[in-house]
Amino acid sequence: MKYEPRPEVKDDGLDESIKKLTPEKIKETIRFALDKECGARLKVYMDTCVHCGLCATACHQCISHDMDPKYAPVAKVKDTLVEIFKKDCKVSPEFMKLAARIAYIECGGCRRCSMYCPFGIDIAYLLMVVRRICSMLGVVPMYLQDTTNSHSVTYNQMWVQQDEWIDTLQWQEEDAQKVVKTARIPLEKEGADIMYSVIAPEPKILAQLLANAAVIFAVAGLDWTMPATDGWDNSNMAMYSGDFESSGRLERLHHETAMRLKVKKIVMGECGHAFRGAVYDGPRHIGQAYPAVPVIHAIEFYHDLITSGKIKIVKKFKKPVTVQDPCNTVRGRGLGGKLRDLMNWLCEDFRDMNPRFEHNYCCGAGGGVINCGPPWTRNRVVANRTKGDQINATGAEVVVTPCHNCHSGIEDIIKEYAPGTHVKFISELLVDEGCMEIPEHLRPGGD
Amino acid sequence: MQDFISGPLVWIAFFVMIAGSVYKITAMIKAAKQEKVIMPYMRLSFSLRSLKHWLLPYGTRGMRINPVMTAYAFLFHICLIATPLLLAAHWKIWGIQFPTLPGRLADLMTVIVIVGGVYFLQRRILVPYVKNVTSAADYALLLFVTLPYITGFLAYHQWFDYGTVITIHMLSGCLMLMMIPFTRIAHMLYFVFTRAYMACEFGFVRNARDW
Repeated sequence: MKYEPRPEVKDDGLDESIKKLTPEKIKETIRFALDKECGARLKVYMDTCVHCGLCATACHQCISHDMDPKYAPVAKVKDTLVEIFKKDCKVSPEFMKLAARIAYIECGGCRRCSMYCPFGIDIAYLLMVVRRICSMLGVVPMYLQDTTNSHSVTYNQMWVQQDEWIDTLQWQEEDAQKVVKTARIPLEKEGADIMYSVIAPEPKILAQLLANAAVIFAVAGLDWTMPATDGWDNSNMAMYSGDFESSGRLERLHHETAMRLKVKKIVMGECGHAFRGAVYDGPRHIGQAYPAVPVIHAIEFYHDLITSGKIKIVKKFKKPVTVQDPCNTVRGRGLGGKLRDLMNWLCEDFRDMNPRFEHNYCCGAGGGVINCGPPWTRNRVVANRTKGDQINATGAEVVVTPCHNCHSGIEDIIKEYAPGTHVKFISELLVDEGCMEIPEHLRPGGD
Repeated sequence: MQDFISGPLVWIAFFVMIAGSVYKITAMIKAAKQEKVIMPYMRLSFSLRSLKHWLLPYGTRGMRINPVMTAYAFLFHICLIATPLLLAAHWKIWGIQFPTLPGRLADLMTVIVIVGGVYFLQRRILVPYVKNVTSAADYALLLFVTLPYITGFLAYHQWFDYGTVITIHMLSGCLMLMMIPFTRIAHMLYFVFTRAYMACEFGFVRNARDW
């Protein structure tokens, strides 16, 4: 079979930034990253891989490209790190452009391949090392770098200013009160039980999700708060661009904000990579093995509310539904079982994907891939035909996924492969579709 | 020459293999301790829970979706390790009595190693995503690993000149032993550790399964 070369894509973050590089600067930077920041994992992984190629059968990008060898995870390491070692770090600026494309666009760090490698080699980690090098050299897709810059300046990924943040919460509080008259979005409430965390796309483009959260909290009668200051967004695109300094700064602020508010736990909204940042990578960047304040994801949160009777399900969603397992909460937290409980409680016709749970394919948008922006959208959709096939095989009309990356990624995929299908968050089923009971006395106009 | 190969060289080969392996594993553990994000998360229970799946044939989804590769991989590795260890002729050199395999079974197991080697070779040549990452070193490694078995088979059946064949057999066997810690055959040493680390990253840290 003849495989096509990679399509040309213009991205100033790669095309222009390499013009400032020299082979000497590249060598010096790579040496620093490899010698000062890497150790046992890199060495042992590089020495252990026997090039068996079994990881190829795990990667949605490789499968979607009809097993094109260049998209096999092992090939992505061969074309980046192995080449760097072979040339003793003396690589060209053009090489760095290709390496960046491979590490940022052709791998989303979903870690599925590690489950198919007989040695459990963490290929996603190896490509994260490549991202780190690229970031240190400034060779990062432009849109992704913009989110990282936003984190550096505003501590959130979409340049949301503090007044806009507070204003949006107040506006959504009013919207929530149209559903539940007691709904509040309490700001800066010291000593509350829960700090609710969301990511910047919620106030920026999906504000109704904030109102949904306010409705759920009000019906469940919980003591919660949100910060009025920076530190509310831990979506942490810096973690994916390879800017670990910024990544550490914002995770520190996120946890310090929770500690300042003296909350017992953080509930993370329906977002996978923010959860990963708060629970795993973030604490490690600031020298902690575990998060200082316990963090639970929306899946666990909703599950607890239903099993404890704090919210009641009174109606099931009628249309056929399937579910996308977000990598960072299912492969990354084992929440697949609870996610399916929710689907069965909320949906009349739930049809599971195959493969599922930890073995489900990535949406293709996570790990910063979707944040690389419009230049790469077409590329991303082509690279995940597998997901389109998986969705079509279920015959579902709605894909539910409790993750912002999956949500946006799958929206792009269904436009191409499964027209007529829609994507929903769980909170939309609970509130907008009326699956959750809103007691009469809480309704506007009720007693 | 013959006396040296079947005497001191064997001891040297074992010494290099064992000392080299101890050195490599010690160096790996030392480096792992320095990396800070490895040791705090290692747990024996999660490692064993995962290794159980990875050591049993078809114990993981990856093995089930690649059934032929799994069959060859397990048979190849089991025979590769068991045949030389349980072969009567090997223990006779040192005059030790040891429960050994019947000659015909050992012969069959040797054939399995050779056939397995051929299977891996054709995979490297014919499967595009394997071929793409295969270098001359990978072919050489396959040759060095199977050579003691090919020559062992020839010696057992006394094909070609026995003296020459058995000399190549012993030389290649010793060479393979010495190569274990210093080439990619080291996956034999690292397997338990890399898999255990991933088992803990998935199981202990992330409450998920890695098989």
